[in-house]
Amino acid sequence: MSEEIEGTRPATDEATHEEQQEIDDNVISPEKAEEVKLKARYPHLGAKPGGSDLLRKRLQKGQKFFDSGDYNMAKAKVKNKQQLPAVTPAEKAEITGDHIPTPQDIPQRKPSIVASKLAG
Amino acid sequence: MAGAGGGGNDVQWCFSQVKGAIDDDVAEADIISTVEFNHSGELLATGDKGGRVVIFQQELESKSQPQCRGEYNVYSTFQSHEPEFDYLKSLEIEEKINKIRWLPQKNAAQFLLSTNDKTIKLWKISERDKRPEGYNLKEEDGRYRDPTTVTKLRVPVFQPMDLMVEASPRRVFANAHTYHINSISVNSDCETYLSADDLRINLWNLEITDRSFNIVDIKPANMEELTEVITAAEFHPNQCNTFVYSSSKGTIRLCDMRASALCDQHSKLFEEPEDPSNRSFFSEIISSISDVKFSHSGRYMMTRDYLTVKIWDLNMESRPVETYQVHEYLRSKLCSLYENDCIFDKFECCWNGNDSVVMTGSYNNFFRMFDRGYRQDVTLEASRESSKPRSVLKPRKVCTGGKRKKDEISVDSLDFNKKILHTAWHPQDNIIAVATTNNLYIFQDRL
Repeated sequence: MSEEIEGTRPATDEATHEEQQEIDDNVISPEKAEEVKLKARYPHLGAKPGGSDLLRKRLQKGQKFFDSGDYNMAKAKVKNKQQLPAVTPAEKAEITGDHIPTPQDIPQRKPSIVASKLAG
Repeated sequence: MAGAGGGGNDVQWCFSQVKGAIDDDVAEADIISTVEFNHSGELLATGDKGGRVVIFQQELESKSQPQCRGEYNVYSTFQSHEPEFDYLKSLEIEEKINKIRWLPQKNAAQFLLSTNDKTIKLWKISERDKRPEGYNLKEEDGRYRDPTTVTKLRVPVFQPMDLMVEASPRRVFANAHTYHINSISVNSDCETYLSADDLRINLWNLEITDRSFNIVDIKPANMEELTEVITAAEFHPNQCNTFVYSSSKGTIRLCDMRASALCDQHSKLFEEPEDPSNRSFFSEIISSISDVKFSHSGRYMMTRDYLTVKIWDLNMESRPVETYQVHEYLRSKLCSLYENDCIFDKFECCWNGNDSVVMTGSYNNFFRMFDRGYRQDVTLEASRESSKPRSVLKPRKVCTGGKRKKDEISVDSLDFNKKILHTAWHPQDNIIAVATTNNLYIFQDRL
């Protein structure tokens, strides 16, 4: 009789724990599976010593500029991109002084405060 | 089919209004960064990445339409913060409004605190509905009169005028934070408030701008030893000596300002024990708390980490009393969410007026509500498709695997660029404000 039930165990805590181990060995938790994927793509991740890179990046968020001149140039470039319509090649080829500008030709000075669209 | 709601499982959420542009090309400045109702719920403030604040006011309920609650219309809008350049570090200081917090109303004017990464400002919003007329030396349009034409003397009189709402900065609290401010919280004493950055928390008096007390400092002597940062902080709603702050490691510390001037030693430490066998590279990142909010009662607090919302009883530090899964199906997508940085998204959470329901956002413009009493949860969507006036929102379902049923959406079809990070619940009524990237949705329960 005891030999017959050798293969099956009574439902004790020990038994279910061992069964769980088997299940765990066969099926990695989804989180660990994702970790394996990440390590495969980026083998050097987490290998650097000296504080968490993530925390460091977080403390110094934002783009670093060389100086205030660099910053103002970058800002002006962004503003220009937003306000100037696309210039056709014909207009670009104009020689200075060839064409007398009219108020319509001069790019509009962007108002410093643009109202939020939520208030529109 | 009922949705989760306050006080009963029969609340049906309806579309009420949507604010903002329809076009898909979103300018960065229009990205909404904070949403907050004032203490009465009459006013609703939003802040955006362009440093602007827009305040909506609820209309008084009209007698002709008793079934509808008042609509929210624009009350005031102003530029709160401008971009600055930090000359010492050669870094830009963004004008993005990180948080807005209202002060309780004390007189006719309304006050709010708005903050970007470095500077907090106190704004006064006041109404003007009369103006003096009948000056002796000035014409009505403001031009000065020729003094020789003045033959009579009169007293100027206040006459009614069209309502004008003015916003003026009353205080500027600057230069107190080396790192980026993530939270501000007004104390229940209405005299002080705290501001928290990644490593420090400061205490201010609302009247005094040139002095601030540091009450928490977790900066290590050697920055190489840095292991965690402060992610959020809040004062207790009625105990003026108590505040909490959360960390990137998933812990919450409760501090008592009566214990010492510098509250580096916590009074209570709330931390859920972790199963070490489940630990992975992602464990710490997804345990980072993005928001902490006290319940209105002050008995509980809620924390939001990447995948869950947890309710803690202040009397029990060992583990949360309730845990709600926001989008557990993302656990098997963590690798790609790490690569596209979505794993670092900071979702906020909020309580309803009587602390019976909590709400938080997710991806694909979905947001979730959890009814604590009825143990029900619902997923709703903020989209233009379901924005017919008073149309009832249909609950959404994400299919996690296997056969996708009709009306379900599969995990791989979710749009991770459509994130709802900011939501707010009216302090008394079932009115919610949900911010998508650049639109503000207002939903109400069906009356």
